[in-house]
Amino acid sequence: MSDAGPILEVKDLRVHYGAIEALRGISLEVSDGQVVALIGANGAGKTTTLRAVSRMLRPSGGQVRFRGEDVTRLPSHAVVARGMAHAPEGRGIFLNLSVRENLDLGAYLRRDRAGIASDVERAYTLFPILAERRAQVAGTLSGGEQQMLAVARAMMSRPKLMLLDEPSLGLAPQVVERIFGVLREVNASGVALLLVEQNAHKALQLAHRAYVLETGTVVMQGTGRELLASPEVRKAYLGE
Amino acid sequence: MTEFFQHLVNGVSVGTIYALIALGYTMVYGVLKLINFAHGDVYMVGAFSGYYLGTVGGGGQPSFIRAAYITLGAMIVCGLLGYVIERFAYRPLRDQARLTSLITAIGVSFLLEYGFQLTPWFREPVPFPPGPSPRFFPTLLDFGPAPSLEFLGVTVPKIDALGLVLALALMLLLQHIVYRTRFGTAMRAVSFDPQVAGLMGIPVNRIISMTFVLGSALAAAAGIINASSRPKIEPLFGLMSGLKAFVAAVLGGIGNVPGAMAGGLLLGVTEEYVAGYTSSSYRDAIAFAVLILVLLLRPEGLFGRATVEKV
Ligand SMILES: Nc1ncnc2c1ncn2[C@@H]1O[C@H](COP(=O)(O)OP(=O)(O)OP(=O)(O)O)[C@@H](O)[C@H]1O
Ligand SMILES: [Mg+2]
Repeated sequence: MSDAGPILEVKDLRVHYGAIEALRGISLEVSDGQVVALIGANGAGKTTTLRAVSRMLRPSGGQVRFRGEDVTRLPSHAVVARGMAHAPEGRGIFLNLSVRENLDLGAYLRRDRAGIASDVERAYTLFPILAERRAQVAGTLSGGEQQMLAVARAMMSRPKLMLLDEPSLGLAPQVVERIFGVLREVNASGVALLLVEQNAHKALQLAHRAYVLETGTVVMQGTGRELLASPEVRKAYLGE
Repeated sequence: MTEFFQHLVNGVSVGTIYALIALGYTMVYGVLKLINFAHGDVYMVGAFSGYYLGTVGGGGQPSFIRAAYITLGAMIVCGLLGYVIERFAYRPLRDQARLTSLITAIGVSFLLEYGFQLTPWFREPVPFPPGPSPRFFPTLLDFGPAPSLEFLGVTVPKIDALGLVLALALMLLLQHIVYRTRFGTAMRAVSFDPQVAGLMGIPVNRIISMTFVLGSALAAAAGIINASSRPKIEPLFGLMSGLKAFVAAVLGGIGNVPGAMAGGLLLGVTEEYVAGYTSSSYRDAIAFAVLILVLLLRPEGLFGRATVEKV
């Protein structure tokens, strides 16, 4: 499932926060069905890249093409309607809603009740703790449980591309394994992933391609394997 | 004891009016974190639209159909007004400092208060100086020779009883919309985090518009219910009711839908008891004493929860 046409093309993307230029012209590509990892130090601009792609913020320049269409000027709800899901940094769980309502909102644009119900069941099978907590307000979930909910919710729209911002942050090692297992499965079913991860080792193992960001620019790119083998990456991001 | 119950009935009756208005404050605050100070005036416009709908062309005989037509008509007019206010006064300023919107809200409020001192018929001469000349709301329903219900010595005008029933029904309906429908879930999501709501595919602007429409329609219903039993209306009377409903919303925890209903009822009943057993000149002071007490003792409101966030 690699190397079909690009599902996402980002060209020369620029973002300013006031006077600060957080992205200084980023270009990257995600091919259909691929996993692409985005790694880089804190403040490099990984979150900003994902936010500009899903239009949570307005880029000050550049272009985002999704499934062949220019989506740079669309509002975020229209972008996600075209088949993108974004599990944002900080999880973005609606803490005032129940677990089940959070999952249902993931499927907000879908009308097939039966399909939604079966996807909710699938989410409960993947993360049994969510089934136990289904009627509970999400604000009462632990951080790790919220993280599982964020991944499960992003799957609910049956996206073609998922943007994931540090899905394993702060999770116990077995839970990290579980999340990566789920992501591998999701990708195997044909969904492309654009993955931001602190855990560069795991991300690069899963990724077909990867980009290294530094202060708002792409400084290195290659296949996951190439970057895993690169001495600079090993030194800077894999702690060797 | 009879007096006690009479006050209770009166208090609940006024309280439901506050509650209906308070819902608009609280819902708008929920989605925009904006205190829409023009909301009390939308309530006034509700009564005025009812008045114009009811008197144009010489009016007609009181009847159920006519009452329904005027009530629904006023709700639609105010729903549109709410839409227009949000779309043209607040939305362009959404990204500006909060204070800008607040001042704009006060501007909209003045516009309505003073705009409605004129009549909507352009050919009629404008009285000079224009003033808040009171008008009399038409009778919507005629209950014949026995216009009041009586039980246990408590007297309730039938029109008030009907208003109470309507108000409670609207509140139940709203409760259902907010907690049981797809739109309501989207609204609660927007009020928690509009950006993430957008990521779910929720058209955030449309939800905000709909929230204004709903809140304004409820205010219109309150205006009609109130004017049916206290028919003297004038363009400034939304101010005080609006402020009190705002107090009710804060009392219940601003942003909290059941809280606004409870806050309205509580405020209405408290006012009525204090005014009834001491002096009615304290009536207006009570609302603001309540506001000060709530802000001092429990700023999140009686039903609001101090927000818990897990990091
Ligand atoms: N809302 C904001 N206002 C101002 N500056 C911001 C804002 N958000 C991010 N920045 C700045 O933009 C730069 C990129 O931030 P971003 O959050 O994209 O980094 P990141 O790569 O995701 O970092 P981390 O690994 O810590 O999550 C940083 O210098 C940050 O300080
Ligand atoms: Mg980040």
